[in-house]
Amino acid sequence: MELLLGLITGIIWGYIFQRARILRFEKHIGLLTLKDLTILKFLLTGVIVGAVGVNLLAHFGLVTYAIKPTHVLANLLGGVIYGLGWAILGYCPGTTGGALAEGTYDGFFGILGGLVGAAVFAHTYDFWAAKVLPVGDLGKVTFPALLHAPTVPVALIFAGMLIVFCLVLERFGL
Amino acid sequence: MKNGWSPYLGGFLTGVLLIASVLVTQHLLGKPHYLGTSTAYVRVAGLIEKATSPESLNLAYYQKYVPKVDWKVMLVFVGVPLGALIAALKNGEFQNRLVPTRWRESFGPNPALRALAAFIGGFLIVYGARLAGGCPSGHGLSGMSQLSLSGFITVAGFFIGGIPLALILYRRRR
Repeated sequence: MELLLGLITGIIWGYIFQRARILRFEKHIGLLTLKDLTILKFLLTGVIVGAVGVNLLAHFGLVTYAIKPTHVLANLLGGVIYGLGWAILGYCPGTTGGALAEGTYDGFFGILGGLVGAAVFAHTYDFWAAKVLPVGDLGKVTFPALLHAPTVPVALIFAGMLIVFCLVLERFGL
Repeated sequence: MKNGWSPYLGGFLTGVLLIASVLVTQHLLGKPHYLGTSTAYVRVAGLIEKATSPESLNLAYYQKYVPKVDWKVMLVFVGVPLGALIAALKNGEFQNRLVPTRWRESFGPNPALRALAAFIGGFLIVYGARLAGGCPSGHGLSGMSQLSLSGFITVAGFFIGGIPLALILYRRRR
């Protein structure tokens, strides 16, 4: 059942990725060179819907959260390393396989590099766990917890801010 | 490139997919599965190491992420490629290229150079994502939807690393 659900979810997601051009190298590099914001619009719209939906469902007790812990230095440093790789590869871990399946064969080498990267990380994890993960280790914190504010209103305000941001992008033809 | 979807439609559907996935997995599997992709690389890398150097499985990281085919492996390595392939074939958009057009404009048509760069980029995105604890799906979509601080820090890191390097790498056009 678990594997079947993963498969079905993936097929739908891959279909969406392909139709919305999220698999394209040109779109990723377009975002990072600030010329084409397709990927950003896609991500932010997903977050708008996700933030409203997930937090409302959680509020009514229908789902639980799976918050990733905050390790300020590791989050930031890992994010920057990711960003450097992103600029070179032009895909992300979820879209590389889709890009390959769309007939962009450099995705194969991206996946190969990703698997080696994962293995090397497993072999160097102890170093990061000892030296970097403890820096700014705040646990599973969220904005509502930091602001001492109820979750649903914070989610709605956040979603509203993102909607305004997207409207501004469209207003200026970006 | 003409008949694709708006990124807002694609993002909206991805948000709906996130909510549906969390709701369905919460009730059918007893644990919510938020969309995320980079741990799938760890599982598969672990499976390869299990076959080639079984002593690696003693590593703390493989104890934490036990090598196996799970929901995410099906999502990332089977589902997304399958969905992307269906969408590409159905719409006559199969690419059949190794060197993306935008890459070629800056670095020329050499396939070995592109393959090497894709490998290095793939290595960095997965290594960085594992250090940060997630990728644009896990930290970006799922993390920001849950209003998790770690998601916002990591996504900031993606752009802090990615934008300057992309502006340098793709500045020159042949």
